Amino acid sequence: MVDSARLSLHVPEPAVRPGGQPDFSNVKIAKAGAVPRPEVDVASEDIRELAYSIIRVLNRDGEAVGPWAGSLSDDELLIGLRNMMKLRAFDARMLMAQRQGKTSFYMQHLGEEAVSCAFRKALVKGDMNFPTYRQAGLLISDDYPMVEMMNQIYSNESDPLRGRQLPIMYSSKEHGFFTISGNLATQYVQAVGWAMASAIKNDSRIAAAWIGDGSTAESDFHSALVFASTYKAPVILNIVNNQWAISTFQGIARGGSGTFAARGLGFGIPALRVDGNDYLAVHAVARWAAERARRNLGPTLIEYVTYRVGAHSTSDDPSAYRPKTESEAWPLGDPVLRLMKHLIVKGAWSEERHVQAEAEIADEVIEAQRQAEAHGTLHAGGRPSVRDIFEGVYAEMPPHIRRQRQKAGY
Amino acid sequence: MARMTMIEAVRSAMDVSMARDDDVVVFGEDVGYFGGVFRSTQGLQAKYGRTRCFDTPISESGIVGTAIGMAAYGLKPCVEIQFADYMYPAYDQLTQEAARIRYRSNGDFTCPIVVRMPTGGGIFGGQTHSQSPEALFTHVCGLKVIVPSNPYDAKGLLIAAIEDPDPVMFLEPKRLYNGPFDGHHERPVTPWSKHDLGEVPDGHYTIPIGKAEVRRTGSAVTVVAYGTMVHVALAAAEDAGIDAEVIDLRSLLPLDLDTIVKSVTKTGRCVVVHEATLTSGFGAEVAALVQEHCFYHLEAPVVRVAGWDTPYPHAQEWDYFPGPGRVGRALAEVMEA
Ligand SMILES: Cc1ncc(C[n+]2csc(CCOP(=O)(O)OP(=O)(O)O)c2C)c(N)n1
Repeated sequence: MVDSARLSLHVPEPAVRPGGQPDFSNVKIAKAGAVPRPEVDVASEDIRELAYSIIRVLNRDGEAVGPWAGSLSDDELLIGLRNMMKLRAFDARMLMAQRQGKTSFYMQHLGEEAVSCAFRKALVKGDMNFPTYRQAGLLISDDYPMVEMMNQIYSNESDPLRGRQLPIMYSSKEHGFFTISGNLATQYVQAVGWAMASAIKNDSRIAAAWIGDGSTAESDFHSALVFASTYKAPVILNIVNNQWAISTFQGIARGGSGTFAARGLGFGIPALRVDGNDYLAVHAVARWAAERARRNLGPTLIEYVTYRVGAHSTSDDPSAYRPKTESEAWPLGDPVLRLMKHLIVKGAWSEERHVQAEAEIADEVIEAQRQAEAHGTLHAGGRPSVRDIFEGVYAEMPPHIRRQRQKAGY
Repeated sequence: MARMTMIEAVRSAMDVSMARDDDVVVFGEDVGYFGGVFRSTQGLQAKYGRTRCFDTPISESGIVGTAIGMAAYGLKPCVEIQFADYMYPAYDQLTQEAARIRYRSNGDFTCPIVVRMPTGGGIFGGQTHSQSPEALFTHVCGLKVIVPSNPYDAKGLLIAAIEDPDPVMFLEPKRLYNGPFDGHHERPVTPWSKHDLGEVPDGHYTIPIGKAEVRRTGSAVTVVAYGTMVHVALAAAEDAGIDAEVIDLRSLLPLDLDTIVKSVTKTGRCVVVHEATLTSGFGAEVAALVQEHCFYHLEAPVVRVAGWDTPYPHAQEWDYFPGPGRVGRALAEVMEA
């Protein structure tokens, strides 16, 4: 006889729910500068601890410390700060535009600006991102015109995607930004394929895959890791762990132990965890991974530990599932304020210049919005033609679609 | 010109395409070193190297997903799903991604991939090796769907598919890999070497996607079929001694409606035959189109002959697979009406 107890199912729950005291005591945070920086040709098994720790550069006093510091000049940091501020201002305007009924939907980046903005600066022209929906910083940091982004959000007559895509699902081959799918995780394995193609053609360009913590549960995430490790594809596999997948805390996709980064280790993929609110750390780690890829050393998996301060989207109400003050308790701070402080400490920036920059950026965003709205918003002004419904399904319009277009009167 | 089986014709299509265009890559499970479980990629790795023809992990979403990424890069991947029955893990990549990338990016990105897969029954493959999922793809705007019925078409269509700027599903009826087939299980497959359509040019040629072919002219009734069922329909017309016109669709999406309408307008009668299950099968689409476009010419209701609405059985596959008997009864039925 086997002595068996009655089984019970374990369903993970976050430490705190609405009404409770926010508690991040479970988030183990390494001191800034404490995590070593290995050579890029290191084997994944020799840096296992990097998948469990958190690489940080900026300390509490705003200084850049440790072996991952120094990948950017002051000028580059000032550009980074400006890009993050732009993204934040852009988000604020577009969130308001959605509230005003000018578009149907919006998703903001509040608290996560450093991840995509710093990452983009580790890539070069020709590299390709396969983003999910919270990486508009990739476009902003590459100077993609804000007006075009707004035209897309408004689905107006100048929308580069002719009104076919949900707001924020941008596409720009020129700016290394693959067309966004609403179906989570599909892009992850596509990025690996793009990277494999680059290797097949003995090219020098690399790819970057993007996914959220919740979406790592999708099978495409695992397919991507298999293919990336099998073929040593020149790809950077990014996981943005912002603690929440709509109302579901990260422990549901991850379980109670391990980290998302650690998932790479079973595939022999070097895996690093980084402070996603530390512009310098994100950039340094991304540059390390990009160098690995470019030297044909294969994929790197990076988990960005961050916090989604805003709602998941304009259709979400976070107060229904987490304490209202949780974001304030987030121990890794605000990426914009942290970089600002660092630059002030270095003497490269000041409170006054920051206030002035904020005003300039606000003007820039308002001006872009004015230009975009001259082309219409979702419910007012110029719209893409109904004819656009039928175009572009195939390279050449087949007869059955032509018949339908004629029937529709176009 | 050489005599080829359909497998050889398919292989030749990939060979010709890979030789002409360095951007064509071929991969899938067991496709590389071994040359595929049906041997359709045999020799390609030896000829073109391991980075242009290679084995993949057993991950269909991975195969199609990476193909999409490669296509976005600028390659032309032609991938194999080992059996059509195993394409479901890749369904998301096909329907939500491959099919829509051009549209959703307004042409910024495109997806010129080919997904090949052996389909259909008649080889004692049971329910896990006999499926005909074409209707699942024809419902997806943005895909093209091809089902060849002979070596000559298979090669010309596959080359056209590889050169096509959009994603193409290429369904290969495995019952036809070695020869045409009249639907009588007691009679063996006739080798393609004895058939005109087994005469295949060695070099490059294409057959336009979206054009049907009339395989037998007649004036009494139109039989619309594709893949294996073309041969069954031809045998049925022969057996029943009916003056039937047999149309081989070759391409289901886009569909050559003109050829169907022209024929049914002439004959006034229509039977649609396919091996896939009846309900919501592609025959329903053909029947509806015939009704819309030929109503005033019809002398009898359109009749469909198809697989039963059950999974594909192992032991009774010859009662499942529409044969000339079932098609013959349908022909008699529409002739009486
Ligand atoms: C395949 C699929 N399933 C479900 C959804 C609905 N959905 C949209 S976002 C989301 C949560 C994603 O969370 P995460 O990956 O952590 O990213 P985050 O929003 O936190 O950045 C869900 C379930 C979807 N878009 N696609």
